[in-house]
Amino acid sequence: MEREPAAAAAEEPGPPGRRRRREGRMRTVRSNLQPPPGAEEPAGKGAPRRRLRGGAQHLADNRLKTTKYTLLSFLPKNLFEQFHRLANVYFVFIALLNFVPAVNAFQPGLALAPVLFILAVTAFKDLWEDYSRHRSDHEINHLGCLVFSREEEQYVNRFWKEIRVGDFVRLRCNETIPADILLLSSSDPDGLCHIETANLDGETNLKQRQVVRGFSELVSEFNPLTFTSIIECEKPNNDLTRFRGCIIHGNGKKAGLYKENLLLRGCTLRNTEAVVGIVIYAGHETKALLNNSGPRYKRSRLERQMNCDVLWCVLLLICMSLFSAIGHGLWVQRYQEKKSLFDVPESDGTSLSPVPAAVYSFLTMIIVLQVLIPISLYVSIEIVKVCQVYFINQDIELYDEETDSQLQCRALNITEDLGQIQYIFSDKTGTLTENKMVFRRCTVSGIEYSHDANAQRLARYQEADSEEEEVVPRGGSLPPRGAAGGHPSTRAAHQSQSSRAHRRTGSRAEARRVSMLTELTAFSSPMEKDVTPDPKLLEKVRECGRCLASARHQEHPLDHLSPELSDIFDFFIALTICNTVVVTSPDQPRQKVRVRFELKSPVKTIEDFLRRFTPSRLTLGSSSVGSASVAAKSTPKASLLSTLANDGALLRLEERLGAGTPRLASNGYSSAADGWAAERSATGPEPRAELRYEAESPDEAALVHAARAYSCALVGRLHDQVSVELPHLGRLTFELLHTLGFDSIRKRMSVVIRHPLTDEINVYTKGADSVVMDLLLPCSTDDARGRHQMKIRSKTQNYLNLYAVEGLRTLCIAKRVLSKEEYACWLQSHLEAESAVDNREELLFQSAIRLETNLHLLGATGIEDRLQDGVPETIAKLRQAGLQIWVLTGDKQETAVNIAHACKLLDHDEEVITLNAESQEACEALLDQCLRYVQSCSPQRTAGSLSVGFAPLCSPSEATASGPSLVIDGRSLAYALQKNLEDKFLFLAKQCRSVLCCRSTPLQKSMVVKLVRSKLKAMTLAIGDGANDVSMIQVADVGVGISGQEGMQAVMASDFAVPKFRYLERLLIVHGHWCYSRLANMVLYFFYKNTMFVGLLFWFQFYCGFSASAMIDQWYLIFFNLLFSSLPQLVTGVLDKDVTADVLLAEPQLYRSGQNMEEYRPRTFWLNMADAAFQSLVCFFIPYLAYYDSDTDIFTWGTPITAVALFTFLLHLGIETKTWTWLNWTACGFSVILFFTVALIYNASCATCYPPSNPYWTMQTLMGDPVFYSVCLLAPVAALLPRLFFKALQGTLFPTPLQLGRQLAKRSPGKFRAPRETSVRGHIPGEARTKPPGQRSISVAQAVSRDCSSRVSRGTWQPACSPEAGGEPSAVDMGVPRREGTLPDRLGSQPSRSSSPGPVAVEGCPGGSRMKPMSASRPAPLPSVFSVPSLSSLNWMSSLSLVGGLGSVLQFSRSSLPMDKHDGDFLPSSTPPERDLCGSSGQTTDCF
Amino acid sequence: MAMNYNAKDEVDGGPPCPPGGTAKTRRPDNTAFKQQRLPAWQPILTAGTVLPTFFIIGLIFIPIGIGIFVTSNNIREIEIDYTGTDPSSPCYKCLSPNVTPCICTINFTLDQSFEGNVFMYYGLSNFYQNHRRYVKSRDDGQLNGDPSALLNPSKECEPYRRNEDKPIAPCGAIANSMFNDTLELFQVGNASDLMPITLKKKGIAWWTDKNVKFRNPPGTDPLEERFKGTTKPVNWVKPVYMLDSDEDNNGFINEDFIVWMRTAALPTFRKLYRLIERKNDLHPTLPAGRYYLNITYNYPVHSFDGRKRMILSTISWMGGKNPFLGIAYITIGSISFLLGVVLLVINHKYRNSSNTADITI
Repeated sequence: MEREPAAAAAEEPGPPGRRRRREGRMRTVRSNLQPPPGAEEPAGKGAPRRRLRGGAQHLADNRLKTTKYTLLSFLPKNLFEQFHRLANVYFVFIALLNFVPAVNAFQPGLALAPVLFILAVTAFKDLWEDYSRHRSDHEINHLGCLVFSREEEQYVNRFWKEIRVGDFVRLRCNETIPADILLLSSSDPDGLCHIETANLDGETNLKQRQVVRGFSELVSEFNPLTFTSIIECEKPNNDLTRFRGCIIHGNGKKAGLYKENLLLRGCTLRNTEAVVGIVIYAGHETKALLNNSGPRYKRSRLERQMNCDVLWCVLLLICMSLFSAIGHGLWVQRYQEKKSLFDVPESDGTSLSPVPAAVYSFLTMIIVLQVLIPISLYVSIEIVKVCQVYFINQDIELYDEETDSQLQCRALNITEDLGQIQYIFSDKTGTLTENKMVFRRCTVSGIEYSHDANAQRLARYQEADSEEEEVVPRGGSLPPRGAAGGHPSTRAAHQSQSSRAHRRTGSRAEARRVSMLTELTAFSSPMEKDVTPDPKLLEKVRECGRCLASARHQEHPLDHLSPELSDIFDFFIALTICNTVVVTSPDQPRQKVRVRFELKSPVKTIEDFLRRFTPSRLTLGSSSVGSASVAAKSTPKASLLSTLANDGALLRLEERLGAGTPRLASNGYSSAADGWAAERSATGPEPRAELRYEAESPDEAALVHAARAYSCALVGRLHDQVSVELPHLGRLTFELLHTLGFDSIRKRMSVVIRHPLTDEINVYTKGADSVVMDLLLPCSTDDARGRHQMKIRSKTQNYLNLYAVEGLRTLCIAKRVLSKEEYACWLQSHLEAESAVDNREELLFQSAIRLETNLHLLGATGIEDRLQDGVPETIAKLRQAGLQIWVLTGDKQETAVNIAHACKLLDHDEEVITLNAESQEACEALLDQCLRYVQSCSPQRTAGSLSVGFAPLCSPSEATASGPSLVIDGRSLAYALQKNLEDKFLFLAKQCRSVLCCRSTPLQKSMVVKLVRSKLKAMTLAIGDGANDVSMIQVADVGVGISGQEGMQAVMASDFAVPKFRYLERLLIVHGHWCYSRLANMVLYFFYKNTMFVGLLFWFQFYCGFSASAMIDQWYLIFFNLLFSSLPQLVTGVLDKDVTADVLLAEPQLYRSGQNMEEYRPRTFWLNMADAAFQSLVCFFIPYLAYYDSDTDIFTWGTPITAVALFTFLLHLGIETKTWTWLNWTACGFSVILFFTVALIYNASCATCYPPSNPYWTMQTLMGDPVFYSVCLLAPVAALLPRLFFKALQGTLFPTPLQLGRQLAKRSPGKFRAPRETSVRGHIPGEARTKPPGQRSISVAQAVSRDCSSRVSRGTWQPACSPEAGGEPSAVDMGVPRREGTLPDRLGSQPSRSSSPGPVAVEGCPGGSRMKPMSASRPAPLPSVFSVPSLSSLNWMSSLSLVGGLGSVLQFSRSSLPMDKHDGDFLPSSTPPERDLCGSSGQTTDCF
Repeated sequence: MAMNYNAKDEVDGGPPCPPGGTAKTRRPDNTAFKQQRLPAWQPILTAGTVLPTFFIIGLIFIPIGIGIFVTSNNIREIEIDYTGTDPSSPCYKCLSPNVTPCICTINFTLDQSFEGNVFMYYGLSNFYQNHRRYVKSRDDGQLNGDPSALLNPSKECEPYRRNEDKPIAPCGAIANSMFNDTLELFQVGNASDLMPITLKKKGIAWWTDKNVKFRNPPGTDPLEERFKGTTKPVNWVKPVYMLDSDEDNNGFINEDFIVWMRTAALPTFRKLYRLIERKNDLHPTLPAGRYYLNITYNYPVHSFDGRKRMILSTISWMGGKNPFLGIAYITIGSISFLLGVVLLVINHKYRNSSNTADITI
């Protein structure tokens, strides 16, 4: 337990986490089992303990309490919270005002009813939420775990909530960690344990934790009773990645504590039988809980606008009341002296003077007209949003079968923002791409190994993806897993999978999911796992192995290798061991593959170093020791294939592959099998065993798998040694001296090992090429060797550039050989750094930098990160929808540009402005230059109004602000984001079609978003999947997280979480639009309704001396909004669809109505209010005139008015409702029936109640009055006639795009079905980047042309294309509907395609009758003149080829031609061109 | 939720959470409601689709309007202003408050005979019976005969709640300002003799008012006893139990009183005063000819620019004479029809283009 020094303890009553302490921010933790330092007096066993407990009260115990209220505090606390809402205060104020007799308009109790109703509904909701929180708390609090009991001197079962700081907890495998625990003992002989942090951050890989130094050396079992050390550590904080402190042992020795020693609450213990630890932080002080910030509250744009209009309403209300008050004052003055019979004097008999009368009247008017500020609006909006969220969640199209996840809405109140997004900021890796890394190519020692077979293999996977649907038989084609499925849950899941396969036909996804489930291993789909080795390289590797095997017992075995072979050897060693991959075997539940070796932990002290590095020690021969104890590691081909067989489709695939490429027979598998044959017989049974790699990042896994394909297999990793299986050499065990982990600043990681063959100390470094290339040993140009090195480097650099152009992620592998002296020297400083308490990170960083210099380049790898399904199509659609897409990535420029090309963010025929500046000044100059250039290209567009303006639909490339694309790197971005440049940058960026920020840090990402958000006042959406996107997601108006591979941080921070990028399309274009349009219309309707209703009362004031009298019965007045007229609008607000999903998807440009706020803008608001005023005039004066000079009484006259208002509302809603389902009809009917029922019951209930109206038998009398009916018929019709007429007129003459969309859908209901199916289901075959076989000559132009031409084959489905565009370069983009695209032409072979494109193009885009069929099949003439701007990353601005520029200039002028109607004005003058375009595009769409 | 991981996951802790062996997926149900595919009628408002509505409205409204208009025109109505603001008026003398009681006589001529039941109203103008404080100033409990409310009227009645320490019955400003002119009607016979016309006092109030809402204090004593302890309203001449000699029309259930207590909606209103019942089928109720209206002028409206009228009217199924509704129906119907024509023209003109129209932004 924690014992503070007495003084400190006293002043710590504050809530956890917020306490301030004078003597620093440390916490001291002692064992609960020891008597406290102050309590020396020997007391009974129980007494001091109780005292301790008492003393420990100020520390959070492990009880979880997330509830806000207790039974007693609920009412006051909840009310208090509710009154934080200004609206509630206002309504209560109004209601209380009613209690003032001189002012009251209603019965005071009655006036409170609606407020109380609203408050009660909200309170009930809160209560329910709190209760469910309480239940889940209870459940968690009552989980059990083993806590050491002093009384019983053993571990006893306790509830989680009973754990206290200082308790000793024993955890067994697969248990969840109940609190933040310092690891003191582990059953693992190395003092290690593994935890899985999926609950915390979603990462499924295992993380290693280490027993505190000083305890790991204990031989006997850890006994809590002997624990006398004192732990000093930080105060609780929410930093998951940091923990610092030290432990002071009984003998006064100190040892540092790091995050490796801490087990975090919520994680799961894996791979370790049992651990013991002491609780450091408990309950709400644990890092997991401190990280929980609860749901976010954002206010949507629409709501902000609405609030602004609410203020207008308030103003209107005040004006009306003021007008009334003045009127009443004058009226009183007029009749004051006249002894009018109807004058009611004050109670003392004196007549009321005008001024107080006016004041009273003012207040009463506010009460009477309070309906103008709709009390039910807020509640209704909440309800509608909850329903919208429900429908979004339920959308089956947003359900991802592969991951069995649907879209999650984490923020409940910004659904309508989805319909107004203008800018999308997207991360690249994991968002646009799958973040499934596949080893593609590598270069070693300056020689490139292109891995063609590998490329083919990947191509086939894709083919499999697209074909599987037809091929896979329906029946359960999935063989039972058998022995391999060791994990019980896996097996169970598996069986259910195979049984389920009968039912469903979505077999592709199914198969994928099965494969995912069988591979519990993180980041390893079969596609990533099997790498087909390059035969040349494989041969070299074998040769190398043979050489080494023959030379293994000589002094310097590596010397016998040629430099190239030696590099190759080192290269693979580095791939294998320079990582943090953990090897597990699937047989036992995550039992670690263990190879014990006599070495202890990594070198921790100098003495240790000296002791261990005496040359006398022989390290070789360990392999035999190791292999004896190893559970089999081998992966013979047979078992591999049998494993694969589980994934039915993959099996066939493999077979086909085998048949197709005879190379497979002699590839790595077989040779590996040969190589290992001997060893396998030695190691004994379990031949089916399979190794699993658990990596922290997917690239690591990909590299290890790649190395394994070259039979250089990682078979075991402990924290101090790595075992590698090598051909001919057998198992080699590398002593792992240090691991310098990857960080984003250094952008590299290193391992320090002792080479078992040479006994040298080697450093292997793996990192981004930009940094590694700079750290290489400067080589002299004098000797041949140096020159050779130079050559290798330049070659490697070339290949790296090439890889980047191909969109591969590049990594450089380098090595450094340290002499013992160098190492000792470095070790000294490193150990100091490690043991430092302050500044440790900084020191370690410096230390790492000292080590990672003078490297020797070994080679580089290219890893492919495949695009996700449907990304190009989604981007095209989103662009058509007028969204600007910016990609903010941390990747290097070349990779980013290439991915951007691949996902059609950049077009090959458009300009790319590349901004790479070395300094602030250069950046400014460049910006100016670019601006001038951009403006000179498009003189008309300088106003910059185009970003939100209308543009002709037809050419999607121009749909957004056309123009060049901007590529900017991180450094320049940093300059450009400076205060003085940001405007220029923004202005430039606004003119650009797409913006690509490479090498940007998370902070820069968020700065960019913030800049656009604040300066352009645009709605922004940020989408990302990783922790580095969190800041950006939080800053944006709408944050979307991808629940992908990188963990859950992004999802946790997001408002919406989607499984894949492509779901964004439907989320925004369909649901976003619907939500926006529904809510906008509902809010407008609300305002209309209330204004109209209040108008009735206001007009009456002219006839009652402005006395704030109301002809409408107070009950109707108060419950009208709440009961009678609320349901229909709710139903409409929830269910109305202005345009069907199919049309919205087919015509993404309809999304613009939301961006331009067409549904709800100030003008609409005021028009609406004017209409409301008009309608209220009609609805007031028709009854007025009908009952003028009649013997009707005030409430008998008011009731028809109420009825008229109700009918008018319903009819108005009817005009506004676009889809009438039975729910709408029911709701409307219900409203009418409810009104009359309530009225009849109310009017019959009590003869003398409800003063002053006393409406006894009023309704009943009215029901017998024909005038009532005739008024009820006449007034609503008269009131709505103009609206209906103008709606019809506008719908015919100046239809909005939305209306056209509806008409279109109505006229051809079947047309939009088919495309939708494909757009959802369809997967693009033939990845552009897959290389056709035999095309090995690599040139930029070719790569580009391939890309370009295959783009033709893919084709986006564009319903309408510009006829003019037909002859132009941009026509490459158009044509082939996607359905055609699914035809198998995956290898991108030109001839097969050229047979179809002509008719296809005509069919797909008949609007372009002027379009030549050649545009589809043309072999891309552009690339020859197209210069890839990104190849050299110097300061230059690439204006594209002349042709491209010309093209864009043409496009500019065209785009700016017709529509100046971005403000939504339907200028008649703008119709002719529009119509012209319509005509052609109309035919276009008709063809689908 | 503050706790982001949930307890169940913690317990079985399956890492990527395979669906635990059961066939439960998170796949949403594919139902029409959840997928928002409910069958729906989707009207599109264009000239073509809307114009039938306009024609239909026109075709329905115009006949209704004509019907109502004709009905209303068939109603006979005569209005006689007897405020006496005009010096030539016989009632001019009554404007001065000194003349009490003031009786004036106005003669008028019916050009056409009134058939069927004739209703006699008095009409007031510029009389704000809908004034907020006025409307409130009553005690329904008292009027319902509640003995406790009788002696202790509601506070709403202030300042007409008590007079000289006695509760006022009926209390409040409405009752206090009750109309108290007396109107009598005489037909001038052939020989210039005056034939009084029987004016029926009862049956002018709502049945529910007379029988349910308004009740005299309970008891079998004479009314005077039952109202003991109360005093008359300030402006009244007689106490409430002396409003009429008929026991059934006296006290709170006096129909003139009940009618008055039903506060008018607008400052210009009329209230039913008497009924002139049809005698038989052969003779009109009020044949054409000259009549005398005899007024006991008590009610001062001149001070606040009010007007007083006597109205004789027959009624139809529609109620009283009201030309507005008919005209309004005809007007709206015509407008609607006209708009329909406009839409027809527009539709005809733009049909071709709108058929091929497509979404162009």
